[in-house]
Amino acid sequence: MEYPVKLETVELEGMARAARRLIIKMIYEAGSGHPGGSLSCIDILVYLYFNVMRHDPGSPGDVGRDRFILSKGHVCPALYAVLSLCGYFPEEDLFTLRRLGSPLQGHPNMLKLKGIDASTGSLGQGLSIGNGMAFALSGNGSPARVYCLLGDGELDEGQIWEAAATAGHYGLSNITAIVDRNGYQIDGSCGDVKNKEPVPERFGSLGWKVYTGNGHDMGSIRDVFSGSAGSPGPSVLIFDTIKGKGVSFMEGDPSWHGKPIGKKEYEKAMRELGNER
Amino acid sequence: MSGKEYAGLVSTREGFSAGLKALGEKHEDIYVLCADLSESTGTAGFRDEYPDRFIEMGISEQDMVGTAAGLALCGKVPFVSTYGIFLSGRAWDQVRNTVCYMDLDVKFGGAHGGISVGPDGATHQALEDIALMRVIPNMSVIVPSDAYETEKAVYAAYERKGPVYIRYAREKTPVYTKRSSPFEFGKGITVKQGKDIAIFACGPVITEVIASAGILKTRGIDCGVFNLHTIKPIDEKFVLAHASAAKTVFTVEEHQTAGGLGSAVSELLSMKLPRKVVRLGIDDRFGESGSCAELMKHFGLDAESLSVRIEREMIP
Repeated sequence: MEYPVKLETVELEGMARAARRLIIKMIYEAGSGHPGGSLSCIDILVYLYFNVMRHDPGSPGDVGRDRFILSKGHVCPALYAVLSLCGYFPEEDLFTLRRLGSPLQGHPNMLKLKGIDASTGSLGQGLSIGNGMAFALSGNGSPARVYCLLGDGELDEGQIWEAAATAGHYGLSNITAIVDRNGYQIDGSCGDVKNKEPVPERFGSLGWKVYTGNGHDMGSIRDVFSGSAGSPGPSVLIFDTIKGKGVSFMEGDPSWHGKPIGKKEYEKAMRELGNER
Repeated sequence: MSGKEYAGLVSTREGFSAGLKALGEKHEDIYVLCADLSESTGTAGFRDEYPDRFIEMGISEQDMVGTAAGLALCGKVPFVSTYGIFLSGRAWDQVRNTVCYMDLDVKFGGAHGGISVGPDGATHQALEDIALMRVIPNMSVIVPSDAYETEKAVYAAYERKGPVYIRYAREKTPVYTKRSSPFEFGKGITVKQGKDIAIFACGPVITEVIASAGILKTRGIDCGVFNLHTIKPIDEKFVLAHASAAKTVFTVEEHQTAGGLGSAVSELLSMKLPRKVVRLGIDDRFGESGSCAELMKHFGLDAESLSVRIEREMIP
């Protein structure tokens, strides 16, 4: 396996900044997409793909690889950026996002793009898929692990809790759920739309080990991943994040959930992100 | 092959159950998932033989379908079973967006198909499942007509790459085929030839159709009866060949007249061989409680009622 490569904090931060620039450019070029949630989860994804998961862009179908499921499929620009940075496909492919014939669909499609482990888009379904993978991998005696990223808004979906109960009941030790807790969903704050708290206790009561951290601090992300490693039964890593993180005018503004980026906004965002390319 | 012999009245569920067990013995990659209905879906036998490859999901149909998708993504061939209406209704989004969109090797066993399930009433009678499943890209749909055929459908589903829905039933119905009878996925079967009309049917109701053809013969009407167990992909050549000789084509199924076998046949004939097609089934209504025999009569799907309806609707 080519990964994990175990980058230092400063390298991870540089990689996350590069990924943010790619996300903004991708969504700007596409004329539509979901910048807010892509920017809130990107630090976690960078850490996961560079420092945690065993995977190989040269052999994306390797049966021994770790799996990742983006249950909140609409933030696929974040996943596409990380896959491209890892070397799964050339950077220029990113800018075909959402265009007719592009492998970069508006929500991830594993049959069109190598490196995607499961197609997603309809919310609430990823954790069940992850459990199924976890059953199969452990049945095969494989050491491979499964990681599944959930949005906090997505926790409204009943199927998430069905799946959480399944993993807890069967004590699946090879699945890790990650919650990108940015506090917002389309119609407003998660608390206003429909209360989901206490999220840690809800997972905990179903048999999950719960770990929390700051999803924009590579040191905190490292601590959470290291602390949860080897834990028996399913683990959930709940990261507090900021929707639109890294672009001042998007931060904490829920209207950037799924809004196209205009030319002036694009230029401002790229300036803020270091505009290196 | 299970080697099991069926005779007299046997539910298609028994064929499903025996097929799963036989497959489990032969293939290590078979998993079975169940939503708290292992006895009534016929998966308990597999569970007892292969507990390591049986996953009890509890009453969580959506989670069950998603979990099956994950198993398939890691090389397993899961069979998922619950009542057909919950599989096709409750979990439709999971079937479409997770299983079929990825063209995964997940096989669906829809139990309690049709009104024949009887006393449980409308909520448990799958009357829309063929429509809901057949409309999804990549999905195949099989509605076998007796226990032997259902067992063979299970084997065919395993061999067929991609998602397959098999509808089966609880009511004991006549075994009219043999272990040696030919059964091929996607290929219609001629039950009997007839020169006046052509009747395409699927599922256990076919024995009522055969009996109605007998009644009609005494009235001088010669019916061809054709078993279209695979509804998707439909056997175009077979349907066109047998419809071409008939002035009136009938379809019979324990399903809404919209969206099921009747629609599939009508869609094909309207394009390639226009003629009168009469769809006999449940006509835009819900089922209700009653015994199987009472309900079949109530909805006009028993042999006697079918013969009356066919004689009334056919072009002489």
